[in-house]
Amino acid sequence: MDNLYIEEILEHYREPLNFGKLDKFDTSSRQLNPFCGDDMEIFVRFKNNAVEDIGFVGKGCAISIASASILTDYVKGKTKGELTKFSEKDMLSLLGIEVSETRKKCALLALAVLKDCF
Amino acid sequence: MKKDFPIFKNKINGKKLIYLDSAATSQKPQVVIDAILEFYKTYNANVKRGLYPIAEKATEKIGKVRQEVAKFINAINPEEIIFVRNTTEAINLVAYLVSHNIKREEGIITSTMEHHSNFVPWQQLALKKNADFLVLDIDENGFLDLDSGIKNYELRIKSAKIFAVAHVSNVLGTINPIKDIIKKVKEINPNILVLVDAAQSVPHLKVDVQDLGCDFLAFSGHKMMAGTGIGVLYGKKHLLNNMQPFMFGGEMIREVNIENTTFADLPHKYEAGTPDIAGIVSLGAAIEYLNSTGIENIQKHDNRLIKYALQKMEKIEGINIYGPRDLDRRSGVISFNINGVHPHDIAQVLGNMGICIRAGHHCAMPLHKRLGIPASARASFYLYNDEEDVDYLIKGIKEVKNIFSLI
Repeated sequence: MDNLYIEEILEHYREPLNFGKLDKFDTSSRQLNPFCGDDMEIFVRFKNNAVEDIGFVGKGCAISIASASILTDYVKGKTKGELTKFSEKDMLSLLGIEVSETRKKCALLALAVLKDCF
Repeated sequence: MKKDFPIFKNKINGKKLIYLDSAATSQKPQVVIDAILEFYKTYNANVKRGLYPIAEKATEKIGKVRQEVAKFINAINPEEIIFVRNTTEAINLVAYLVSHNIKREEGIITSTMEHHSNFVPWQQLALKKNADFLVLDIDENGFLDLDSGIKNYELRIKSAKIFAVAHVSNVLGTINPIKDIIKKVKEINPNILVLVDAAQSVPHLKVDVQDLGCDFLAFSGHKMMAGTGIGVLYGKKHLLNNMQPFMFGGEMIREVNIENTTFADLPHKYEAGTPDIAGIVSLGAAIEYLNSTGIENIQKHDNRLIKYALQKMEKIEGINIYGPRDLDRRSGVISFNINGVHPHDIAQVLGNMGICIRAGHHCAMPLHKRLGIPASARASFYLYNDEEDVDYLIKGIKEVKNIFSLI
């Protein structure tokens, strides 16, 4: 738990990758996390059944924003089939930090929004 | 004072416990823990029924605690004290009682500063009964803005059945001038019932139900050093006598026939089933401890700590502090935000340092919406906190800024 705020996470929080709404997108979804007051919306554009581009906007804590940044970068080029198989466990290991039960909601918000996109 | 509370003797993950979340729940002194142990070890028995010595002792104890509670809030009669689980249950009980005789043209009034437990039951009742639901606003300092309310909604106040309002805000620490508020509201509508949510006031300030002039008052034992399953509803005797019981079953009946049932007198009419006897015992011990410390001394202590904390916090760049600056009208609660950091990250960094604060909306979403923020971090104080705890808090906030490179 002491390693939650490692430099990599903080960098993603300060300057998140893929932050912003896409001009052209095929699908989008928005979710609120009432526990934290987090608010996240993800936009996806597909080409040949794979993610061509992805963007997100929202407000949230370091963990939820860093997760969205890392996840959106990871899924570029992945097919819908690959995304369907991508699990919560995969998300937590992609994040690479140990997250407590109460903060899992933050770490998994981006994934939940993404899964809701298709 | 910390020496009376065994939890402070332990290290948590190798760190000293800096507990600044007493608005959520309070720590328990040894005397309260001992009272619970003594009950289970020496006179555990169900109350009212047994004719053997330990049952009589347990029954007698409950009666005695009821008297102590009545004295503590200056109720005229111990029968006006109903033991419930917590403030939430007490308020829901009143909402249920009122639901039987509320007429369609009679409205319900509450405010934007309420805890959800004093908001949602009334909102739901209004929806169910299609009744007028008036939510009074707060002023810039976080006090209930009754004057604007009266100016804008006098007719709605005149026709309202009940007005439910917090004595002290669990987010802002605002101490509403509740006596004055009740007087003004009853001048406009003498028949209105007033329920005071005293969850954050009874543990910290002198509360006198006769002086306030309220009809109902609700509070929780666990915020005043008692166990977690005991709360109190105070209600004026004639009102409680004229209302229908909420739960039916054991301990609340006089006679049961196949065709009908007559109910027991107050307070048992509203206390169906075996009560939380250990909880009641713990409440008695907590009140004894509060009396020996002196509630006025606790208020002074809270006040001193708030002053000390606010002076230090205000010097930190990028911090936003909510609630009144007039410290005489503020209880031991400080909610704040740091620019660029989510409150949950503040609480987590502090938590890793052994400093316990709370982050989120503190069960007051309408208030956070009114303040225009999604969430806040909250430090709250009680009699066992001291200046050193505040120094740790300041150190923690500086560490948050450091981690997030905000210095």
